[in-house]
Amino acid sequence: MNSAVLPLPGDDDSSRARALSIGLWVFMGVATTLFGLFLTAYVMRLAGGDSTVIALPPQLWLSTALLVLASVLMQRAVTAPPARALLAQGGLCALAFLAVQCWAWLALQSAHVVVAGNPAASFFYVLTALHGLHVAGGLVACGATLRSDDPPRWRIALCARYWHLLLAVWIALYAAFNWITPDVARVICGVPR
Amino acid sequence: MAYVDAADHLADDAHAEPRSFLTRYVWSQDHKVIAVQYGGTAIVVGVVGLVLSNLMRLQIGFPGVFSFIDAERYYQFVTMHGMIMVIYLLTALFLGGFGNYLIPLMVGARDMVFPYMNMLSFWVYLLSVVVLMLSFFVPGGPTGAGWTLYPPQAILPGTPGHDGGIVLMLVSLVIFIVATTMGGLNYVTTVLQARAEGMTLLRMPLAVWGIFVATILALLAFPALFVSGIMMLLDKTLGTSFFMPALISLGQVSGHKGGSPLLFQHLFWFFGHPEVYIVALPAFGIVSDLISVHARKAIFGYRTMVWAIVVIGGLSFVVWAHHMFVSGMNPYFGFFFATSTLIIAVPTAIKVYNWVLTLWKGDIHLSVPMLFALAFLLTFVLGGLTGLFLGNVSVDIPLSGTYFVVAHFHMVMGVAPLLVVFGGIYHWFPKITGRMLDDRLGQLHFWVTFLGTYLIYFPMHYLGVLGMPRRYYNYENYDFIPASAHMLNVFITVVALIVGAMQIVFVFNLVWSTFRGARADANPWRAASLEWFTPHTPPRHGNWGAKLPVVHRWAYAYSVPGARADFIAQNAPPEAGGFEPQPHSSKGTAS
Repeated sequence: MNSAVLPLPGDDDSSRARALSIGLWVFMGVATTLFGLFLTAYVMRLAGGDSTVIALPPQLWLSTALLVLASVLMQRAVTAPPARALLAQGGLCALAFLAVQCWAWLALQSAHVVVAGNPAASFFYVLTALHGLHVAGGLVACGATLRSDDPPRWRIALCARYWHLLLAVWIALYAAFNWITPDVARVICGVPR
Repeated sequence: MAYVDAADHLADDAHAEPRSFLTRYVWSQDHKVIAVQYGGTAIVVGVVGLVLSNLMRLQIGFPGVFSFIDAERYYQFVTMHGMIMVIYLLTALFLGGFGNYLIPLMVGARDMVFPYMNMLSFWVYLLSVVVLMLSFFVPGGPTGAGWTLYPPQAILPGTPGHDGGIVLMLVSLVIFIVATTMGGLNYVTTVLQARAEGMTLLRMPLAVWGIFVATILALLAFPALFVSGIMMLLDKTLGTSFFMPALISLGQVSGHKGGSPLLFQHLFWFFGHPEVYIVALPAFGIVSDLISVHARKAIFGYRTMVWAIVVIGGLSFVVWAHHMFVSGMNPYFGFFFATSTLIIAVPTAIKVYNWVLTLWKGDIHLSVPMLFALAFLLTFVLGGLTGLFLGNVSVDIPLSGTYFVVAHFHMVMGVAPLLVVFGGIYHWFPKITGRMLDDRLGQLHFWVTFLGTYLIYFPMHYLGVLGMPRRYYNYENYDFIPASAHMLNVFITVVALIVGAMQIVFVFNLVWSTFRGARADANPWRAASLEWFTPHTPPRHGNWGAKLPVVHRWAYAYSVPGARADFIAQNAPPEAGGFEPQPHSSKGTAS
């Protein structure tokens, strides 16, 4: 079978859609587990005595807004025409999100917040990098969908679902960076001050 | 939708059949070829792991005789042996090998749902193996940190392979996890989406259930290894302090501070314990099928067996800290993890009882696959019982650093699953190649391997109770270790070498029988499950010819009263009877 999806008998298109949908749900489970474990490690490590809060760069508000917009555009692409154009705009927003994340990295670097510094900084760089890879993977899938002049709705729906996960993960990460300070982490882990 | 419709469009797909040698056998997207690729690679890398274990035994049995085995090399052998056997052999063979071969054939699909990704999964796995093997050739050699790779010692000077070795090990693991995830997505989706008409979830053979649940465990547990691998890689290469505390190593102040080695242990064992069941659940499933076929009896308590697999899979995520009792923890946590560990014994014991009750009054054929299945039962029960010892905090603490633990985990997750691997290969080899493995060589292989592994590991329990510490390079000049223990070590080493050599016979049998073995008929074991009813043996590309099978019953219709033969195929017409004990209708079936 020289194809990405096995030609399943029956209604080819809908059975492929179901297969890809299940595959995506499973992958989303894996990605969620991965980031969940990273966040657990983040809390446990920040409970250590050497952790300090880092000042998060303001660019992150812009990147968050871009990812929210990307998610909204993707959702609109599922329900309203012109689907392909909306899909492309959602993809572009995600691309812009990556650019702004790089800008945020540069801002942190210029503030001498380095990866091997305190654990909050280390986790920030690692988690934003991994989330960036997660976004980049989505962009590849989005690009493949855009190769078709009239991409089927179910493919756009899969892209939208993936984009919502990207947003949910990013919001969880951003919330953790903001609110799970070393003090909060120590309370969660029951570590005396 | 759970089932695919009977109408089949494969014949219309002009791209279905690969034409060239490269696309047929190398860059193949056929699950059967990929399974053999996975299996072949795993066996080759497993032989490396086997040789390493024999080198370790040479040092323990005859200390100082083999001067090339110095302390550093010994620890490198230990580490690479452990990692190779657990990850690159057993996990890859059960999921990538058996999973790939059996799932589509047993559920009545033409292939995995994502064939291209399936192909990528193998090549990424091969890349991980190549990266791992490269570590033998970098300056300093492979890592000698122990297979658990505990920081801080894993990346500090003084540990063998603390430069290139540990980096390549971590990179290889991360690559392996990518491969496993790609494979796992396929296995889960194929089971959920590509089953033949009538193949309800509760008609699937237990081999598929075991592989299916183990795959879910792998998808949820391997991310923990991924997370810890990435973080340790950064501690090593960029100088972060995720796991590395402030310390002085060999007189030098390290640049790290505040990291938590315990955090690594939690992450590692959150992966590490489910990993035991990633290996064990496919073995449980496969052995259930072997026992049923070769005892000519329906599996006892099929639904209970399914639920036991699911429950064991769930519980495996809440016991990880029993590997960390000696690391110290809140006594209430210790109590929780000891209790959850002991609770796992309940569904596991149910499975053992059901296997025994399946054998009870069965028409037992002592074929080579059945011998291996019976040997698994004995070995697994023994290894499982010693697990109950170690699950108790107060017993674990004095025994944890001794050979008792080595004996326990080799019995329960080394030898027992490997016996199933052998049994499975002897059982399905006729389907894979169209030829039988040589029976005399198989019997020889079985008896030497089974008795030999008992002779190796059974005495180790006594050595452990005696207090003989594990992980030591040399046991000379310790007054508390009596001369008899040294004699026992010599004996164990000699047996280990014999068992090791016997695996050459197995590999020879595989190669020789592939080309010269006796021709097998389509269903040499007279089994009822779907994979034996392909139009061709070995199955051709697409598995089922023009029309997909329709399933009418479970896979365990053996010795059905009044039936013409002592088995009824899953896809035999409904009139043949032999339905599951709690018949359930499904689209297109008349049960």
